[in-house]
Parts: sequence; C-alpha cells; structure tokens
Amino acid sequence: MSIDDRHIVFSASMKLADLIDLDWKLLNVLSRMGIGLGFGENTIVEVCAKQGINLNSFLLICNVYAYDGYVPAAELLAGADPVTLVEYLHNSHAFYLDKEFPNLEKDIRAMVEPCDATQKKIVAKFFTDYKAQVENHFAYEESTVFPYVRALGKKTRCEGYAIEQFEENHSNIEETLDDLKSIVMKYLPETCDTVLRNEVLYRIFRLGEDLARHTIIEDAVLIPLVNRIETAMSR
Amino acid sequence: MKNLKKVLLIVPSKIVARGIESALSDHGEFRVEGILGDLSHASEARLRSMDADIILVDPVIFDYVSRSSARSHISGLSSAAVVAVRTIPMDEEQQKQYDAVIGLYDDPVAIVKKLREAVASRQEIPEAEGYDLSLREKEILVCVAKGMLNKEIADYYNISIHTVITHRKNITRKTGIKTVAGLTVYALLNNLVDSNSIEL
Repeated sequence: MSIDDRHIVFSASMKLADLIDLDWKLLNVLSRMGIGLGFGENTIVEVCAKQGINLNSFLLICNVYAYDGYVPAAELLAGADPVTLVEYLHNSHAFYLDKEFPNLEKDIRAMVEPCDATQKKIVAKFFTDYKAQVENHFAYEESTVFPYVRALGKKTRCEGYAIEQFEENHSNIEETLDDLKSIVMKYLPETCDTVLRNEVLYRIFRLGEDLARHTIIEDAVLIPLVNRIETAMSR
Repeated sequence: MKNLKKVLLIVPSKIVARGIESALSDHGEFRVEGILGDLSHASEARLRSMDADIILVDPVIFDYVSRSSARSHISGLSSAAVVAVRTIPMDEEQQKQYDAVIGLYDDPVAIVKKLREAVASRQEIPEAEGYDLSLREKEILVCVAKGMLNKEIADYYNISIHTVITHRKNITRKTGIKTVAGLTVYALLNNLVDSNSIEL
C-alpha cells in the first residue's frame, strides 16, 4: 500500500479488527507485540491500555509496516517509547530464528527431496550460510544496540556508544535472500515439485517483505527517536 | 534529475574545463562530477571509483607516442563512453578511437548531441548480447564459484581487472544472481563446475 491509496493512517480510535482488515500482514505485528487474537470490538487505544503497550510506538510500527514511504509524524515520535520498539524488534528476531527459518528450512528440504545428493547439499549449504549471515547481524543488534537503547529508556547513558554508529548495511542479507528466490524459481531441476517450490517462494517473498519492514522500523523510527533522546540528555 | 549523466573531465586547462562545465550545466542533461588535470596514479584511482557515464579527455595529456592508444588506456579503467576534446591537431587514426570528438569552437547544442550519441552507442553493446552466458562469462563464473578473486581471475586469463568486473556485471545482469554464494549454486546446478572442485 502506498499512502496515496488510502488517505488515512492508523489512529488510536480505530477498531483493532479494522486495522487487520486494512492490511492482514499486521497480524505479524500483533503477535510480536504480545497481542493475542479474540479482541472483539476493542479499539487500538483500549487494547494497548489493557496490555500496557505504549500507544504511539504501536501506531508508528503499524504505519511503517503498512504504508510505503510513511514518514513518522513528529507528535507520534515525541510520545513513543524506545524500549517498546526494541522489544518489538527483539521479538521479530526471535520469530525469524525460532519459527520462520526452521519452517523455511523444512520446506526447502521437502522441495529438494527428488534432487541428487550433491544438489541437496549445495542448496542446504546456501541456506545454512544465509542463516548464519542473518544470525550474525541480529547478534550485533541484540548484544550492542538493544542494551544501549534499554539503558537509555532507564535514563542511563552507556559511555562509548551512540546510535549514529548503528549504520548497518542490510543489503548483503537482502541480496542473498533474493538469490535464493532466483535459484528456487529459475534453476532447480524440473524434478522438484512445483507446488512445493511455490510454498518455498511464498515464504521467501513474505520473509523478504517482512525483513524490509523490519529494517525501515530500525532506520525510520528507532534511530530518529533515539537521536532525539540523546540530544535531550546531552543538554 | 534521474537521467542526469555523470561526466568526468580529464582536461589540464582550467579555462577549458570551466567552459565545458558551464556549457553543459546550461543544458541540464549532463553534469560534470569531477575534473582531473592529468592521469597520474591518484587520478586513475578516482577515475575508477567514480563510475562516470562519459569521460571527456584532452589528448594533450598523453605524449605523442601513446596518443593513439589513449582510448584503450582509459577503457581499461572505466566502462564509460570516451570523448576527445580536441585542443591540438589530431590525425584520423587518433580521432577514430573515441566515441566522439568535440572541438573548442563547437556550438554547445552540437556538443550535447555528440555526447548523447556517444553514451547511446556505449549502451547498445550489452543489450545485443541477450541473456545466455557467453563462453568467456561461463569461464569467469566457474572461477568465481571456485572462490577466486577478481585479481586472480585477471591474472589467470591475462585480462584486466576492469574486464573481469564487466564480465561479472554481465553475469549478474543475465542471471539476476548477485552474491558469490548464489553464483556458486548456479554454476553447480548448471553443471558448469564439478562439485569436487568446490568446498561444500
């Protein structure tokens, strides 16, 4: 969706169910924020209050997730909570590593079942290397960036680090996933079942889009928000 | 702004360089992104890193003997179109090697037209190749899959690093695969390389 398609961005008084109707991919966001289903007719503000979730942070994440080119409004950013964002990003990491990657790996294994031993090994190695690359990337955020932001949330400033150092290059990870897509779509032998190949492709497309949003949340929400806090603290 | 072509000048005369820059900026289609006064070692490094669409060079920077191979020297450093700025007499052989030749008394509109044609003539080359990998591209792909570096590939086939990079760009353009790991899988799945020659 681009912002021009729908002139509204999500607001606090909206029913949570309507939010999902507008973009079903936001189901990902709900589960990572710890919001279960069965919320009835409750609005966003009601659900957030009940779950103890910072409302502005939730709205920012949903808006970035659903709308291409969304630029965070200053008033939303002003009331957002960096720790909520970090918890969301942390839960996303856990989701990729514990759920999405094992599922993708399982589907890939089923897909290459008819291939010869070497081909199986090649594809498995490619995926293992990709996974390691991503894990490495997440590990840096988990061990360095997130603790720094959590400390800021408690009004303590860790010495020797500032968010401006958190300029990472995600392009390698995106390129590798894109290559996996090309391999599955264009170059695996015809003996591989088309339905199973499609399953893998759906997963890759969804994962790619989800990871892209994840990056935007870091770059367009977390970094500007932490920048503001750092500036305020150094005054 | 999207289609603005990047121009690199290799022109020792500051007056000429400024003049070209100003004439081009009036038209808006080409923008001078860098000016080099010579082709020293440092200049060559800048030339390589700049990724220009078009290079305007005053042949006076080459001595008389190397003047007739000036073009191929620049092509070894960049894939840009190369246009000569004629400030000194040039014989036909010397002129022919360039994609175009402009003169100091040319009308700016005529210059822009010549630059446009020069860029277009460069772009046609890869398009004509289609999407099948050429024999040389397959050879280079195999080297990449085996983990060889660009420098090693260049030495192995006795070609310039620039040529290796051009081949690799073409391989990626044709297959859509960008990473070395992806190219390795491609080479193996297409039986271009034996799995024993690759670490798995």
